Amino acid sequence: MENQLTLDVNGKRTTITVDDPQMPLLYALRDDLGLHGPRFGCGLGQCGACTVHVNGIAVRSCLYPSAQAVGKKIVTLEGLGTADHPHPLQKAFIEEQAVQCGYCINGMIMQAAAFLKTNKHPSENEIKRALAGNLCRCGTHVRIVRAIKRSTEMA
Amino acid sequence: MLTQTVTRREFLKAGGSLVVTFSLSGLLPSLAAQDQTAAKSVALDQVDGFLSIDASGGVTLYSGHVDLGTGVRTALTQIVADELDVPFQNVKIIEGDTLLTPDQGITWGSLTIQVAGMQIRQAAATARAALVSEAAKRFNLPASELATESGTVTAKSGTQRAPYSELVGGRNFDLKVDAKAPLKDPGQYKIVGQSIPRVDIPAKVTGEFTYMQDFKLSGMLHGRVIRPTAIRAELLSYDDSGAKRIKGFVQTVRQGNFLAVVAENEWAAIKAATAVKANWSTWEGLPEKSELWNYVRSTKINSDEVLQSVGDPAEAMQQATKKMNATYNFAIHTHGSIGPSCAVVEWKEDKLTCWSASQATHALRKQLANMFSIPPENIRCLYVDGAGCYGRNGHEDAAADAALLAKVTGRPVRVQWMRADEHGWDPKGPPILLDYRGAVDSEGNVVAWESEVFLPEKPKQFAVTLLAAELSGLPKDTAFPGNINQSLAIPYTFSNIRATVHWLAHTPLRPSWIRSPGRMQNTFGNESFMDELAYAAGSDPLEFRLRNLNDPRGTELLERLAKAADWQPRKTRNAKSDIASGRGVSYTKYELVRTYVGVVADVKVDRKTGKIQVTKFTVVHDCGQIINPDGLRNQIEGNVIQTVSRTLIEEVQFNRSTVTSVDWVSYPILTFPDVPEVEVELIDRPKEKPWGAGEPAAAVVPSAISNAVFDAVGVRLRSVPFTPDKVLSALKKV
Repeated sequence: MENQLTLDVNGKRTTITVDDPQMPLLYALRDDLGLHGPRFGCGLGQCGACTVHVNGIAVRSCLYPSAQAVGKKIVTLEGLGTADHPHPLQKAFIEEQAVQCGYCINGMIMQAAAFLKTNKHPSENEIKRALAGNLCRCGTHVRIVRAIKRSTEMA
Repeated sequence: MLTQTVTRREFLKAGGSLVVTFSLSGLLPSLAAQDQTAAKSVALDQVDGFLSIDASGGVTLYSGHVDLGTGVRTALTQIVADELDVPFQNVKIIEGDTLLTPDQGITWGSLTIQVAGMQIRQAAATARAALVSEAAKRFNLPASELATESGTVTAKSGTQRAPYSELVGGRNFDLKVDAKAPLKDPGQYKIVGQSIPRVDIPAKVTGEFTYMQDFKLSGMLHGRVIRPTAIRAELLSYDDSGAKRIKGFVQTVRQGNFLAVVAENEWAAIKAATAVKANWSTWEGLPEKSELWNYVRSTKINSDEVLQSVGDPAEAMQQATKKMNATYNFAIHTHGSIGPSCAVVEWKEDKLTCWSASQATHALRKQLANMFSIPPENIRCLYVDGAGCYGRNGHEDAAADAALLAKVTGRPVRVQWMRADEHGWDPKGPPILLDYRGAVDSEGNVVAWESEVFLPEKPKQFAVTLLAAELSGLPKDTAFPGNINQSLAIPYTFSNIRATVHWLAHTPLRPSWIRSPGRMQNTFGNESFMDELAYAAGSDPLEFRLRNLNDPRGTELLERLAKAADWQPRKTRNAKSDIASGRGVSYTKYELVRTYVGVVADVKVDRKTGKIQVTKFTVVHDCGQIINPDGLRNQIEGNVIQTVSRTLIEEVQFNRSTVTSVDWVSYPILTFPDVPEVEVELIDRPKEKPWGAGEPAAAVVPSAISNAVFDAVGVRLRSVPFTPDKVLSALKKV
């Protein structure tokens, strides 16, 4: 039961062949498209490590069926910017050194990027509430909040 | 990109530098010497175990310790660049490859900078001295007339100069590490002591970084293990007909009680694992969760060990009028890595190559050799960054799973654990029970201190049973719980002290070390009981600690803490407000021999809900010479926040058969809205030895919170975690 799915990822359309169109988008992005940004953390939508944007909304790609993403614009961490041309959030995370192991950081940045579209100058508490569903184990939280705040202050 | 297995010779060629012998005797490169390069030294006492310089002046550092997300990749690079006098960006680092790096021990115990880094620093100092000596011969000048700068030896007066690459001439350092090779004067360090931005962060925030979980080999299969429904259940039968209908499914692998599926793609493996119907025997060998502490107390004691003995506390206790006793316990905890453990293993005939995020690739190599009954020389373990592990989590187990599946299938296999594997099956920080007795005299002096801790016994090997070995019936090691007796001894000058560990015959769940193993739990008991004694003595807890120290560094630290936190002795407690504020202090000299940390915790306790909000931690930290101040702050903040989470929330749940904390709902951790502010003051002592910082600040967190809660509402919380129900129940007793 092969299915062809055309996915629009980071502005590029790619057709992949999958056995199961219900396969979560995370595996299509990581295993079929070779992206490293979205990460498997729990597969249960509890930690946020797999967060990507679908039509500008932050979603948990570990639960989001691939077939449902067809025809929508998917953006991953790679689509925000590169080490040479980072997105303001990525730049702020580097400047604040807001990473320890970094495994959760994809989710932090993707969640924050979606949130900042709805609230361009949030308070610290608003940032904390917006990230309440994203888990970090290393304890990088204070830096992450600072980095997000910093990104909003960039011209 | 690490995408294929390479031999040592291929590796060195691929690196673009065929390094050959460089020695003080100036041997010319020869074919024989080139052959020698095929076996790069991994000796701890050889400079070329650690360092090479290629023809373009690029330095490679071979580190047996690995960066677990702590920033030591950057810090070790700073140490080498500065000691060798080369630009920071000219140093690249290879970590934890058993074929290329010396066995510097497990990356644990906050020892990377302190031990591994100093071995590396000494190797770099030896190399620099050798380069100067070689230049001295060429320039016909005494070595004292030469200086090093930016990868070049120069004459102090005169124009002679020689780049290291020219002096090395494409050879390697066939030199013993000279323990007496002079280190730079600390005042000369230009890179050490600087907040150099971490080298890995740009790639980690843009998705360009390759984590272990991203690592692929061509032709690789994906494996998933089907775990028993009870820890020691027997696999009676299984039906994989449902799995066989899944496209991409390759086979089911059963060996004893080890049951797994492999598939051509990851999603097929995940689906197939859930499609296999396994029939397990029942097993109910775990204690009732509600009876855990009675269970620990009644476990057979194999031996006792006195860790500290001063005077005669038992005798002093008999004489004393004001006696205290208290019992503390610290729940079973998981490591809680955000990224589940992952490994890829490839067998070629009887040779095994294993990529994993293990903190202990050299030890893992020995364990896999034991499991498969092959010589360690047939195994190469390579480190690839994973999610933070905070001790021995499941990385090594995932490696053993993958190794077994790769052996059976004859193809490279990647195993990434699912969330339930990581939460349910990683080895755990064991339950720790502590009893205290103490006495104070009428002047407020502590006249007796006795502590007893109940800990699972330590086997001789620093290993933790590999699950796949255990389940399949292959040879296995016994689990080592970490050096969990450390930091039970106290840094205070009481005249009568006795600290004893009761080594227990067993512990309910497979134990291992979690961040600050034992030190965190023992310091919780010590520093909470210290607070109880201070209160009994009618003293301010910070002043009480100062009064009982005879250690200038400790005294300075606590004085600076008092200032940083604006510590004021409490006058009165407002018993009426629903939200009560309090402050607590805690202090450690880690293991009595290294890093000093003092903290003040600010908390708010909601008397109605029992919820504790930790609003702020003020930390003063002295780990001697600081290599990278910002990296150090990052570690301290992480220690505090992770341990606030452990203290307030965390506890592994289990029934009589198995662990029931299998995800982030059944084992929650602290989230953003509850994260405290963390203010850190660093005491830099550039002339002192650098000590570890990956753990010590964690050790003081639970007691500081407990003491702050007492300050706020007058109840002692002696059982971690401090859940709202425990707070409410304690408040009812007041």
